[in-house]
Formats: sequence, structure tokens, C-alpha cells
Amino acid sequence: MTIYGVALLSFCFLAGKLLGNLLGVLLHINGDVGGVGFAMLLLIFSNAWLRRKGWLQPATTNGILFWTSMYIPIIVAMSATQNVRAAITGGPVALVVGIIATLAAFLLVPLIAKIGKTATPTTTDDQ
Amino acid sequence: MIATLTEVIQGLLAKNGLVFAFLVLGLLLLVSFWVSEKVTRNKIPGVALAILVGLGLAFLGGEKGLADIPIFAGMALLGGSMLRDFSVVATAMGVDLAKVRHAGLAGGIALLAGVLVAFVVGVAIAFAMGYNDAVSLATIGAGACTYIVGPVTGSALGASSEVIAISIATGVVKTILTTIGTPLVAKIIHLDNPHSAVVFGGLLGTTSGVTAGLAATDPRLVPYGALTATFYTGLGCLLCPSVFYFMLKLLLG
Repeated sequence: MTIYGVALLSFCFLAGKLLGNLLGVLLHINGDVGGVGFAMLLLIFSNAWLRRKGWLQPATTNGILFWTSMYIPIIVAMSATQNVRAAITGGPVALVVGIIATLAAFLLVPLIAKIGKTATPTTTDDQ
Repeated sequence: MIATLTEVIQGLLAKNGLVFAFLVLGLLLLVSFWVSEKVTRNKIPGVALAILVGLGLAFLGGEKGLADIPIFAGMALLGGSMLRDFSVVATAMGVDLAKVRHAGLAGGIALLAGVLVAFVVGVAIAFAMGYNDAVSLATIGAGACTYIVGPVTGSALGASSEVIAISIATGVVKTILTTIGTPLVAKIIHLDNPHSAVVFGGLLGTTSGVTAGLAATDPRLVPYGALTATFYTGLGCLLCPSVFYFMLKLLLG
């Protein structure tokens, strides 16, 4: 049944968030450290395990895939509910720091992505 | 008569906000994909267009963007952190674990480098623009991480509300620029495989910006970027008000 998939997703989501929040308490931060990441790993593992056992029926998977496909409209809704006005009116410091911090992070992507990359058989290294 | 009709419709839409949000987004994506295909000949991805329109619509409101208008209040629920994280977790169904494991080390280094570089850039520019007390500098530096790290650091260190507001705005600028900029720079920075998406998520760290930017570039990369980005804000909240702040204080003497 479809609801089994949605329930599995909910379980992974809540368990992951719980782990993230507990980690936050441990580190004395009032918040969630990597909850979504833990939840994703949990879903990956339980998906693989259930599939091996043959317990994962197409209807169950559909319950999860529906939410996967809702992700883009949700991102658009998220964009439409950002405080865009604050970003523009935050003054020159906010604008300059925000722009340069983002560009610096962009530029570091190819440098750090080189780490551990040579081991991939599919690598097309241009150096 | 017409006045009552508008009233009834407004009441209906406000009461069924989430359902109305589904309708609005369906239409918005339909138009965006049509324009993307017919007008830009797929040069600008439909998702990127839809996100841009979304950001534009956010201008109509204030703090909660479009959701500040009562009939669009449902957008805040659909685009809020609960359903966003729920659907982002669901994207893990398409993840290849071998690829994640492979990018693990690079992802971890990207996270540390991402938080450190954002903080240093923020502090240096704020210093150049006239701020010279450690608390304000650290708060703005933290804001360069994400719009959550900024206020968390600011309130932990006792920064002024004006500086905290600047740190939030800094984080929002980063989120928006990441959203818009990612598809534009993707080719230049070789952002076209799961490995670099993991690194990208760790370096940029704004979950909203990373997921939206990757969705506009190549939706298959989203889960890989989200996986690391989700650790960034926590790491920033951990390092900025503690280790980084003390190092900054030592540096200022």
C-alpha cells in the first residue's frame, strides 16, 4: 500500500531529525545537526534492506516517489516565501559579503572535488 | 454582489491555503516550462525560470515573501522547512551509496573549508567596511555561512540587533545568489557529477540555495548536494561562536 511507503519515509525523517537534534544537544547547540543527512542515509539503507528481503512492493515505493517528485514545486514555493526584500535592503555590507562568500565557495568546488577523484574509473581528468 | 463574491472566494482560498498553493504552483510550473521550451528553446531550464519567478513573487510580501498575502499563506506551509526536508529526504531513493561513500572525504573537507572560508571572507569585508569589534565581525562572518548561523552566533555573543539583521540579510543574499548562480557557473566549476555535487553542498551549505540551485542545474544531483549541505548549518553554529570567535579575538588583541 502507498501509505507504507509514506510511513517509512516519515519514520526515516523523524528518526534522522531525532538523531540530529540529539547531536545538537550533545554539542550544546540549540538545533539540528545533520538531521536531514541522517534521515537520507537511513532511507537509503532501509530501502536496500527491504529490497533484499523482497518486502518492497511497487505501491510502497510509489508512496516515496510521489514525495521525490513533489520536491521541485516545494522548492519553488520555498523561493516564493523567502525574505527577498531583506536581502536587498540589508545594506551594502550584507550584499558585498553575501556575494563574495558565495563566489569564493563556487571557486573552491573544482579544487576540493579533486580530492579522492583519481580513484574513480569514470574520471575524465583533463590534467 | 460582486463584493460578496470576492469576499467568499478570498475566504475560501485563505481557508484552503495548502490546496490553493498546489494549484498556484502547478500553473506556475506549467507556464515556466512552456516559456522555457518555446521562448528560450530550453536554454534556461524550466525549473530555474520557476524559481526566479518565485523569488520575484516574494517581493510582493515581506518577511514571509508571498505568504504574507493571506490567500497565499498556504505557500509558507508547502515551502516551509517541514515539507522541504521531507521531500529532500525522499530524493535519497535515487542515491547511489557507492558514490556517496566515495565522496565522503572530499565532502568532509568541503564542509570545514566552506564554513571557514565564509567566516574569513565575512570578517575581512566587514572589517574593511568599518566594523572593528570582535562580536560584530564574528556575527557578520557567521552570517556569510547561512542565515541561521548568523543570528545564532550573534545572540550567543550578544551582538546588537542591527548587526544580527545584517547577518541574516547576508545569509539570504548567499541563498538567493546560490539559487540563481549555480546553473550559470555549473559548467565552469565542473558541477556535473555526484562527486562534485557532494563537495558543492559542503562548500555552499545553504540547504535552500544548494537544493534549488542544483534542481535548476540537474535534478539528479540534488540528493548528493543536500546530503552534505544539511551538516553545514550545525557545524557553523558549532564553530563560529566558539573556536572562530576566540581566534578572531586573539587576532584583534
